[in-house]
Amino acid sequence: MVLVFAESPRGNLKKAAFEAVTYGKKVADLLGTTCVALTLGKADNAGELGRYGASRVLNATGAALDHFDSQTYAATIAEVAKSNNASVVIVSHTSTGKSLAGRLAVRLDAGLVSGVNMLPVADGGKLRVKKSVFSGKAIAEFEISSAVKVLSLLGNAVKPESSGNPVAVETVAAAASNGRIRVREVRTQEGRVPLPEAEIVVSAGRGMKDPGNWGIVEDLAETLGATTACSRPVADSDWRPHHEHVGQTGIAIRPNLYIAIGISGAIQHLAGVNNSKVIVVINKDPEAPFFKAADYGVVGDLFEVVPRLNEAFKAFKAAN
Amino acid sequence: MKLLVCISQTPDTTAKISFNADGTEFNAAGVQFIMNPYDEWYALVRACELREALGGTVVALNVGPATNETTIRKALAIGADEAVRINADPQGAAFVAKQIAEYARGEQFDIIFFGKETIDYNGSEVGAMVAEYLDLPFVSYASKLDLNGNTATLERDIEGGVEVLEVDIPFVVSAAKGMAEQRIPNMRGIMTARTKPLKEVQPVAFDDQAKAVQFTLPPAKAGVKLIEPDNMTELVRLLHEEAKVI
Repeated sequence: MVLVFAESPRGNLKKAAFEAVTYGKKVADLLGTTCVALTLGKADNAGELGRYGASRVLNATGAALDHFDSQTYAATIAEVAKSNNASVVIVSHTSTGKSLAGRLAVRLDAGLVSGVNMLPVADGGKLRVKKSVFSGKAIAEFEISSAVKVLSLLGNAVKPESSGNPVAVETVAAAASNGRIRVREVRTQEGRVPLPEAEIVVSAGRGMKDPGNWGIVEDLAETLGATTACSRPVADSDWRPHHEHVGQTGIAIRPNLYIAIGISGAIQHLAGVNNSKVIVVINKDPEAPFFKAADYGVVGDLFEVVPRLNEAFKAFKAAN
Repeated sequence: MKLLVCISQTPDTTAKISFNADGTEFNAAGVQFIMNPYDEWYALVRACELREALGGTVVALNVGPATNETTIRKALAIGADEAVRINADPQGAAFVAKQIAEYARGEQFDIIFFGKETIDYNGSEVGAMVAEYLDLPFVSYASKLDLNGNTATLERDIEGGVEVLEVDIPFVVSAAKGMAEQRIPNMRGIMTARTKPLKEVQPVAFDDQAKAVQFTLPPAKAGVKLIEPDNMTELVRLLHEEAKVI
């Protein structure tokens, strides 16, 4: 069977979990087997994962799983994988999944491909699967030859598909914690969708001239239900919080729509955003390198263009 | 403090990426190689800062051929006390992790540092694997690391926020932006790096069970479609009808 670890940060299943189970179900179909979802710790409405294709939903709880510790989590997942003869284990390519994937590969003597963004192809007992490498500048196809395979799935790579029915949640055992990691505090931004999960991102750079000018960017993001981001110089000047910094040293994202406002498009910035499905660039400099990576471009004064674009989106929303 | 910093050599961020004719091998001709930025700017510098504050030794470790020595000497110039090169082609993440774990097993390091990922394979795999081989806690994407006695306090980047945690040494950590500030090696560092010990270790046999077999370049962009700045209604129409993203 295909085992999917469905994350439930702060007790809630989120998009990453639905994507992973949707993907797991497709992999299971490909291999002629079933998809089983595993949640750890508190996971409200875990049975809903049945809708996304899980034939069984398992949950382990206990004090050891209340906070994330990759050792305890990996031990629990690996035990479930072994006792259920999982041939493929799937995690999300998130801060949690990335800490687990390598550990699971070692524990299960499995070949690992992390950050996959499309379905594998079965080749006898092997799997072939592709991922983006060199910060989006190339694609590599990997061949996994081990009996058990581990994959981590990039965010926004598959659309969650719900067609089935909820299933009852079965309880499984949690591994014991060695207590060496003690989480003291989790601080999160409430309200906005976190950048790695956002489908639309509105991002701005030095062309904004002053942090006091960000109102037009926030208004546009508000209209689109988008998450705001910024370039490195903007974060380094403390114009915007560091968690908004996208690019090679910041966060790498792959939204459906990336709107870059007043960002020249240095290669380090592109490395973090060039896997976006559609890129719109607004810049007054027609020679800005970002236009070469863009799908749509507007050469003009952002202080005029951005409010105008916001009005156009509002009119579109009102009409649709 | 005995600190290990695992460094990778990667093509420069601005390098043009190409492959041989049948797409089975990376074409290194004309490519400038650098120390993986996350390993250098954050992991190595923070390890050096801890050593400066608390005493001890920083060991830089690379799995790679002799041609990687320029990169290794740079780590020594930045501040590592000694270096180890495991003499093997770093064929895959699992292979590299196995080599590092076998070396580190006998050395009793207090903290093993990695960068959050390499800029070539972007896998973020090796740190977690090494932690598992050595049965150690692993803190990934740490943007802050302070040490108080045998307990470290770290901040770790999570989706939409940060997690604050404590962990006892020994542990494995991967470093993200914020953990330290990039250091440019000074002349004295470059001079002393030449005479610092660089030990060569032979690899252990290991067969990677996930191998990159075929490389391709992404399809070229169709080219930018320019829209007049006074016609944003047209841009919205294109995003809806043509790109279908809204």
